[in-house]
Amino acid sequence: MSKTKFSTGRLVMYILLILGALVMIIPFIWSIVTSFQTLDESLHFPPKMWPSHWDLANYTNVWKALPFPKFFLNTFLMILWRVIFATFLSAAAGYAFARIKFPGVNALFMLVLIPMMIPGQVYTLPQYLLMSKLHLVNTVTALVLPGVASTFGTFLMRQFFMGVPESLEEAAILDGASTWQIFTKIMLPLAKAPMVSVAIFTGLFAWKDLMWPLIVNQDPAKMPLASGLALLQGQYTTNYPQLMAGSVIATIPMIILYVIFQRQFIAGIAQTGSKE
Amino acid sequence: MKFSIRKRDRERVIWGLILIAPTLLFILVMNIWPILQTIYLSFTNAQSLGNPQWVGFTNYLAMFKDPDIGRATLNTFIYAIVTVPVGTLLSLIVAVFLNQKLKGRSIFRTLYFIPVISAPAAVAMVWRWLYNSKFGLINYGLSLIGIHGPNWIGDSKYVLISIMIVGIWSGLGYNMIILLGGLQDVPMTYYEAAEMDGASKVRQFFTITIPLLSPTLFFVLTTSIISAMQIFDTIFMMVDQNNPALSNARSLVYLFYNDTFVNGNRGYGAAIAVFLLIIILILTAIQMRLQRKWVYYGGQD
Repeated sequence: MSKTKFSTGRLVMYILLILGALVMIIPFIWSIVTSFQTLDESLHFPPKMWPSHWDLANYTNVWKALPFPKFFLNTFLMILWRVIFATFLSAAAGYAFARIKFPGVNALFMLVLIPMMIPGQVYTLPQYLLMSKLHLVNTVTALVLPGVASTFGTFLMRQFFMGVPESLEEAAILDGASTWQIFTKIMLPLAKAPMVSVAIFTGLFAWKDLMWPLIVNQDPAKMPLASGLALLQGQYTTNYPQLMAGSVIATIPMIILYVIFQRQFIAGIAQTGSKE
Repeated sequence: MKFSIRKRDRERVIWGLILIAPTLLFILVMNIWPILQTIYLSFTNAQSLGNPQWVGFTNYLAMFKDPDIGRATLNTFIYAIVTVPVGTLLSLIVAVFLNQKLKGRSIFRTLYFIPVISAPAAVAMVWRWLYNSKFGLINYGLSLIGIHGPNWIGDSKYVLISIMIVGIWSGLGYNMIILLGGLQDVPMTYYEAAEMDGASKVRQFFTITIPLLSPTLFFVLTTSIISAMQIFDTIFMMVDQNNPALSNARSLVYLFYNDTFVNGNRGYGAAIAVFLLIIILILTAIQMRLQRKWVYYGGQD
């Protein structure tokens, strides 16, 4: 009796999970289907569930209409630099905040934590004014700079280093290792997992940020994909087959990256939520 | 000996400062100083050009009389009040399901996570197409069960719901992963012991899972509320300037963007940013207070 109840429960669970997964994935599949249709084909009711022929015209049109290779390059550089800086700077600051005691260190840490509770829009205008003062508007540098240091990354790394046993460090100090050596030779290798977490978190955040690139780089040649796609929509407004082609082009590389680094993605994101 | 210990301490402090310096410098220049600058600008009549003049509380007084701001504040709150609980509940259900031993667990996990890694602009374009009132897949699906689907984005009654659906859809996978991580930290022995005592699955969920998961749930709720209050991308991409339902969709951040960077009313835009900041600080303070009532940080016994 309890066995059958158990298995119907499982069946319901499977059905719900599959329905949910369909809801998650259908928009994506539908964008692929539409991206191969002609405009006429797409404006049809009931919708055609399959393109009549697999025509790449929308892709070649979109690719020609906007500088997609530049979008990709800018996106890549923005994420790369942000991730490198944020990860290593957070590890360095996190280690120092966790382990080195000096007067005022807690006050400095509080200062670094302030942005955690502040909505990003509070910085946007002053950051923009700073970029224009430094003549950095319409550069990849402008895309990178606001993400060089990470409050959340520093917080996460500090949490991690506070949990590392002090004995590890004491032994090295007795051997006469310098603080820099302890940090680079002992601490950094231990901190791979939380650093991957910071890297994924900052990378994903940079990839998904739309407003900053929209504001600071209005030259298409300097746009990342996030705002480049907005430009595409401005051009094609309701030509959905072409818009879908553009969105597929922008999404596929990230999905490939995700499938390759899935374990790191999952572990990294999961860690951002754990307080230990 | 004593001298060398002191030298040692000094070396550590100097290195400490060096290691902290880059982060501190960037936070000061990119975050702390801008906060002060935005607060200052909110008391000026700053435009795109010309020198800003001090105008006292003019922007704030204008803001409280501005029906657009009132409407946008309401829209933002409705968005957060609906998407945060619904989104958290759905991601909790999926996380609990995926925490069981079942076939295809990692495939499910991958599928639920795909919206998270999609660029917001791509997501908005795809959903715009799905919502299309004449040729969209959603209204086609509804027509199959005899429902005449609405004009999702063009109708002031539906536009906010449409945006909320996209918000829940795109955030679910992220929270699901974080909650799944929290669930995996709950020791199996607790459940085994409860099983022996004859506690039902539902009872186990409320007496074991929820209390032990509460710190993670608290984290998910806090971050979801803050990001819901900042909703912008979906509205910006899905609702055009000439859409008749625009005023039922605009959020505070949308108005901030529009005033500051489209209309060049920087002083006014800064006041909106400060207003949002105050709302978020109040919400965070309330959460911190409530947390003592339901979040369980025990684990000693």
